[in-house]
Amino acid sequence: MTLREKLVWSAVAVAGAVAFAVVALTRGEPVNAAWLVVASICIYFIAYRFYALFIVTRAFGVDPRRVTPAYRHNDGLDYVPTNRYVLFGHHFAAIAGAGPLVGPVLAAQMGYLPGTLWILAGVVFAGAVQDMTVLFLSTRRDGRSLGEMIRTEIGPVAGSIVGVGILLICIILLAVLALVVVNALKGSPWGAFTVFCTIPIALVMGVYSRFVRPGRIGEMSLIGAALLLASLVYGQTVSQTPGLAAWFTLSGTQLALAVIFYGFFASVLPVWLLLAPRDYLSTFLKVGTILMLAIGIVVVRPDLQMPAVTKFIDGSGPVWAGSLFPFLFITIACGSVSGWHALISSGTTPKMIENESQIRFIGYGAMLMESFVAIMAMIAATVIHPGVYFAMNSSAALIGADPAHAAEVISGWGFAVTPDMLAQVAHEVGESTILSRTGGAPTLAVGMASILSGFLGGPALAGIWYHFAILFEALFILTTVDAGTRVCRFMIQDLVGGAVPAFKATESWANNLIGSAAACAAWGYFLYQGVIDPFGGIWTLWPLFGASNQMLAAIALILCTVILFKMKREKFAWVTIVPAVWLFICTVTAGLEKVASPDPKVGFVAHAWRFGEAAAAGKTVAPAKTLEEMGRIAFNDYVDAALAALFVAIVIVMAVYGVIRARQALQSSKSTTVEIGGAAVAAE
Amino acid sequence: MSETLSSRARFVCDMVAQTARLMVGVPDYQTYVAHRRTNHPGEPVMTYEEFFRERQEARYSVSKGRFRGCC
Repeated sequence: MTLREKLVWSAVAVAGAVAFAVVALTRGEPVNAAWLVVASICIYFIAYRFYALFIVTRAFGVDPRRVTPAYRHNDGLDYVPTNRYVLFGHHFAAIAGAGPLVGPVLAAQMGYLPGTLWILAGVVFAGAVQDMTVLFLSTRRDGRSLGEMIRTEIGPVAGSIVGVGILLICIILLAVLALVVVNALKGSPWGAFTVFCTIPIALVMGVYSRFVRPGRIGEMSLIGAALLLASLVYGQTVSQTPGLAAWFTLSGTQLALAVIFYGFFASVLPVWLLLAPRDYLSTFLKVGTILMLAIGIVVVRPDLQMPAVTKFIDGSGPVWAGSLFPFLFITIACGSVSGWHALISSGTTPKMIENESQIRFIGYGAMLMESFVAIMAMIAATVIHPGVYFAMNSSAALIGADPAHAAEVISGWGFAVTPDMLAQVAHEVGESTILSRTGGAPTLAVGMASILSGFLGGPALAGIWYHFAILFEALFILTTVDAGTRVCRFMIQDLVGGAVPAFKATESWANNLIGSAAACAAWGYFLYQGVIDPFGGIWTLWPLFGASNQMLAAIALILCTVILFKMKREKFAWVTIVPAVWLFICTVTAGLEKVASPDPKVGFVAHAWRFGEAAAAGKTVAPAKTLEEMGRIAFNDYVDAALAALFVAIVIVMAVYGVIRARQALQSSKSTTVEIGGAAVAAE
Repeated sequence: MSETLSSRARFVCDMVAQTARLMVGVPDYQTYVAHRRTNHPGEPVMTYEEFFRERQEARYSVSKGRFRGCC
């Protein structure tokens, strides 16, 4: 390191430390979001320059002379040596989605500080390490997937167990994401109209790019974006015209059924007609919106209204149940560490990487950027008034449906708010009410509307910005629902096909219809359960989703650890052991608490018992109104408890496998892992 | 000077367009054509339309070890 470099990095460290001290230590007066941005960026740069570099050079021993799969198998299609900046964009677009936007919003109930600390520490030591390690391992194995690597490096049984785990995560994920959309569009004609319009718009784009001007992605995306904007603006007219608004004012159950049917039909249609054009729109919109939000935060530099830490760290919060440990660490998944990324890092990216020396930039760098998206979501959620935040994110069972009553309850929690303020916010964004819009997306939309209208358009455009944000979330969640249903269908076909071989034929229409119906029924069950859940669904389902996602991350990190041992690099294996152990502790504790906690707010079984006992005595417990409802709530609790227990079992089995394989590797005197390439191949 | 500036601007635009296409799963067509010409001379090369359809189908087809993430 030259003197100049030393000076620059010292300056970065000092700036980061000062900004971080302001964020962490200020009490009683609002902190400006700029401090949070500066602190995060400094931490990211330092982590990238020092820790990530240490990992790639010392722990991995990347070899810039080694031929990558992109060259070895170059076919101009899947395997293409790709410029690193282009590949960075591709990889970032693939990992960024709804997760980093929703998790931090929900975590904000404990104040901005706990969530922020976990986002930053999590990404530096767990999330980015996981993404980069999996990318590295997959690059050395011809771009093999996570599942294949688990089968070859740990064993076929472990591979099958993880396969079942991935199917379950997929189901829970789709249900939770669909629930976010349902909660955002419930009773919102403006939102429902614009989101509905995306279907015909996508169809037009699909036909255009198939028959009119084949393959012109730019043209079709511009046409789509223009139509989308028109429907967004016209949505306001719809919401203000009673005759039209009635058509698009839908209840939660109506929307849930609509989304389930949409998922079914979309997943059996040819991809070029609906899925692909919608995917193009949502990808470009997503990247554009993230950029715009970043600019907005830098230009407006809003103050954070939420306290640094609220009293809800004790687990009594209204947004989701459970105390800071372990539930904060599963609530924020994607911005700090996400098991999904292990699937993507072992997908298309390793097939396009030009050189092993770029693994740090793409694997670690893109995840840092994703983490920054989570920080922005945290900022958007905490720049709005805390009273408004809790009004939006607490279920009707807690605060009621009347603004006056809600304001009273929330003020009682210590967040002074008036009914007028709640009505005012609803009016500004063009909605009839903002109460109990749980799921994170609407809160994020209000925050984004306040930031974006601060530099573009002023309050007059707040309604447009709010619905734009809803549209942007809904658009890519519905794309995920479509693509995810196809993935679920395939996994179900693969699983059932083991017993009924004829079911495996994926070209068969009958199989596709049955498979899609089964997939939609599976996630639809949880979605419907969430919609009729008196606590608003997110309360129940988000911890389950978080636990499953972190379980997958723990599995990926266990695999990474095993392979480092097999490479005889156990001296450096702590880089993956530390986050693996931490995630193991968090998922197992959270899973066990969800199953067995005696507190009915946290434990599914305790909750089921409470309802079961009351039902046996012939009493109904609020919010259930009939004995039948009581029985249904208890049954759903048992299903959720079984799932949580299964997640715990899977992660424990994988940990045992990991320890066994690592010990075997220790006993061997030379590397036992199966890599492809290296010096021998390069010499050919 | 203005010439290098405009050629640099064109290069940046090219890269942005390439990134945007790859974000939705369509790699660079020119690279594909060049690859076919160099390594498989005399063999057929897909037209852009065929190439686009092939890539679109490949991006969304689900098969073993081929998943698209969600978050």
